[in-house]
Amino acid sequence: MSEILLDVQHLSHMFRLSKHAAIQAVDDVSFQIKKGEIFGLVGESGSGKSTVARCIMNVFKPTAGKILYHGINVCDPKEFRRNHKMLEATRQIIFQDSASSLNRRMTVADIIAEPMQIHRIKPPRGSYRAEGAFQLYYVGMDDSYLDKYPAELSGGQRQRVAIARALSMEPELLVADEPVASLDVSIQAQIINLFKHCNRDHGHTILFIAHDLSMVEYLCDRVGVMYRGKLVELAPTGELYANPQHPYTRALLSAIPIPDPIAERNRPKTEFDELSFDKDGVFTEMAPGHFVLRKENNR
Amino acid sequence: MEALLKIENLSVGIKSPAGKVQAVRDVSFELHPGEVLAIVGESGCGKSMLCKAIMKLLPKSGKIEGGRILANGIDITNYSEKDMRKLRGKLFSFVFQDPMSALNPTIPIGQQIAEAILVHEPKLPKEQVYNRVISLMELVGIRQPHERYKLYPYNFSGGMRQRSVMAIALASNPKILLADEPTTALDVTIQAQILDLLKEIQVKLGTATILVSHDLGVVARCADRVAIMYAGKIVEIGTAEEIYYDPRHPYTWGLMQSLPALNKGRDELKTIPGMPPSLVNPPAHDAFAYRNEYALEMDYHQQPPMFQITDTHYAATWLLDPRAPKVAPPIGGKANV
Ligand SMILES: Nc1ncnc2c1ncn2[C@@H]1O[C@H](COP(=O)(O)OP(=O)(O)O)[C@@H](O)[C@H]1O
Ligand SMILES: Nc1ncnc2c1ncn2[C@@H]1O[C@H](COP(=O)(O)OP(=O)(O)O)[C@@H](O)[C@H]1O
Ligand SMILES: [Mg+2]
Ligand SMILES: [Mg+2]
Repeated sequence: MSEILLDVQHLSHMFRLSKHAAIQAVDDVSFQIKKGEIFGLVGESGSGKSTVARCIMNVFKPTAGKILYHGINVCDPKEFRRNHKMLEATRQIIFQDSASSLNRRMTVADIIAEPMQIHRIKPPRGSYRAEGAFQLYYVGMDDSYLDKYPAELSGGQRQRVAIARALSMEPELLVADEPVASLDVSIQAQIINLFKHCNRDHGHTILFIAHDLSMVEYLCDRVGVMYRGKLVELAPTGELYANPQHPYTRALLSAIPIPDPIAERNRPKTEFDELSFDKDGVFTEMAPGHFVLRKENNR
Repeated sequence: MEALLKIENLSVGIKSPAGKVQAVRDVSFELHPGEVLAIVGESGCGKSMLCKAIMKLLPKSGKIEGGRILANGIDITNYSEKDMRKLRGKLFSFVFQDPMSALNPTIPIGQQIAEAILVHEPKLPKEQVYNRVISLMELVGIRQPHERYKLYPYNFSGGMRQRSVMAIALASNPKILLADEPTTALDVTIQAQILDLLKEIQVKLGTATILVSHDLGVVARCADRVAIMYAGKIVEIGTAEEIYYDPRHPYTWGLMQSLPALNKGRDELKTIPGMPPSLVNPPAHDAFAYRNEYALEMDYHQQPPMFQITDTHYAATWLLDPRAPKVAPPIGGKANV
């Protein structure tokens, strides 16, 4: 039985828009991530994936529920303050749109070195610059970019700089929120290989958020599917793809494009109404480790 | 079949602080009535500039530096903006990646479609305009069009917005639709629906479509033909079957191999090493050589010509020269998936 690194328990988050209006962005979501695991979280945009990620990273304070990291309840202000340094240093997030989260006045070298400097970490490769060059090389860019500013880079390059910055901290938990959505397929493949390597050789635990199920299938050990704030299905990756239960999971899977024109032309037209999936029910274990949100009466 | 659109040796340059960007370099292709031609390549390879050059919507710093654009056999390369305005809409319409930028947030969707109709048929009676709006909304799959006529873009989901943009683009009954990454910003389920819609429009209205994407996986669903673009050039073009089942250019191999669907059971995804070259002073020889594991000595000296493989299939790689060593393609055949 492997150790649980992150334990999300009945997490709910509501955004208050006005006195009378609110959005239930996350609704009673529970899952656990084991140490050394790559856990995928997928779902359409607006389903609450980023909100979950931000609650985990203490960007948002959940309306209800708990998040335990190394057994520490990060939602509890006292516990958070007591472990502040460790939490900051060992958890890193890569945002969907890191391009805009980079400091525009800093060079690439400084951007990558900043977290290490803040936490007074001695650069393992001699100097911060050497460390920057190393991390850049890792994400597929050469050291000629070290002195450039974000504005001089393409979107894909900025995203890679953000990844290099996060990896420089050797994080124990890496939360990657749609890190490749804006990248070319060939670059996506480089980044995905990189995550796999980080996981296998450096033991980083990864929460990988995506709306593209094909990359998730390739990368993740287990996958949770979110729909309108609810976790509707959770299973080991192979099991989820072979035996999807929730209608929304099936729709997601049937929408993955296949790079084969004859197979694609023979595929039936996609017929699902954008509004039609059920999100009521109880999270039920159908097979070992395979959970589905389902109404109790259709058991 | 007479080409609806014929592009001959088109080159486009854009002035930039770093020098002239050669965004499109000597591109030639034809578009036939009613077909979907996909243009696929990594970002920055010139896909959008090619589309903009065709519609003469280049930024001020951009210029067509060579070649010709023939629409229905007529050379429109030197058409003035005034002449172009008549052609746009009637001959071609376009749909871009971000539906929000194409919509006016302060005007109801129905009215925006109506305005697009009126631009081309200013004298159409009100009632007929309304009916056409409704039928366009139905065509692009917006359900309950009467109820939704008065809704604003912010009331719509991303998919519904892109459908609305398609309705606006189709309002003028264009012969050619240029769709530049129309699904890149959308969820996969919505993407599949929009791709089906593109195909449906082509079948129902006979609209020829240029579909731009950076993802070969995405266009398999509706492309009749595929052109692969790299560093401002078309490096391979053929029917969808030829490109997916019998690709010949190492860059096409690379694009295909990096798709996760074709990497099942592998320990690592196959990647294309490095990055595309800068298009300011691009190399005079084969621009893909540095990233090409199959590169020949010749690739570092001279730009390969387009070698003909069949009547419809061409590729620009020295591997197709009779003197080149035989290389077995690492991918292809019907058993792709
Ligand atoms: N800061 C915010 N204020 C108000 N509503 C928000 C905010 N962030 C997200 N939301 C809403 O919460 C829901 C979930 O959003 P998000 O977590 O970003 O989804 P995802 O990452 O799956 O696309 C959406 O309806 C979104 O509009
Ligand atoms: N407004 C501009 N000024 C200068 N260079 C530009 C401009 N727009 C695009 N480019 C350059 O032109 C080349 C082709 O760009 P583009 O056609 O947008 O590529 P794609 O659509 O394939 O991603 C790129 O090298 C890009 O950096
Ligand atoms: Mg998100
Ligand atoms: Mg583009």
